[in-house]
Amino acid sequence: MKVAITKEALDPYKEVVAYEREALPPGKHGGVVIFVGTMRDFNDGENVRSMNLDYYPGMTERHIERVCQEAMDEWDIMDTLVVHRVGEMVPTDPIVVVAVWSAHRKDSFDACRYIINYLKESAPFWKCEITTEGKKHWVEHNSEDPGVAKRRLQKTA
Amino acid sequence: MEIKVRYFASLRDRLGRAEEQVSFDEETVTVADLWQRISDEPIADNILVAVNMEYTDTSHRLKHGDEVAFFPPVTGG
Repeated sequence: MKVAITKEALDPYKEVVAYEREALPPGKHGGVVIFVGTMRDFNDGENVRSMNLDYYPGMTERHIERVCQEAMDEWDIMDTLVVHRVGEMVPTDPIVVVAVWSAHRKDSFDACRYIINYLKESAPFWKCEITTEGKKHWVEHNSEDPGVAKRRLQKTA
Repeated sequence: MEIKVRYFASLRDRLGRAEEQVSFDEETVTVADLWQRISDEPIADNILVAVNMEYTDTSHRLKHGDEVAFFPPVTGG
């Protein structure tokens, strides 16, 4: 399992290839499911020029690792990789890559969806957008119901 | 007891600071007590709280040296 936060530009496909070569035994996995999240140039009807992604060093990594471990416990998967960008970025930049290797595809599809969904709900990251008019605003909710995280986290606390 | 408090994102902007140390003479202090010391306003419903990097709620009892973080809903991924 690898979890990394980077301030540098992220090349998601290079990350997946490099990690697979380094960590996966050759010939044992039947597939890898990859989710890549990229920055849009619009949000809530406004045009976005750039974005700053803030995080909580230590807590962010811990919670992504926990979500990956939950996926390892729940599905028959071999390994997981999550790399998440922070800092300044512009539209079309990759923000996050989640990769899950398994012997059979169903487990890696399900685990990959679980990891990205619960990463979005529980890992402390905050998006601050700069609009084309130069206005700065913090994104206060993701596309999912933000209440879900609080309910789940309080239940498991 | 000494508590380290951290704020993130829009809450940090609103309070105008990223972190501070708060001291208490009392022996029993909860997150809610800490918030009362920080702000005159009640804690907003959507604010999340973590003690030593684990999510918890405002009834959580604090101990000397704890790190408490307050922040708005998370928006990663």
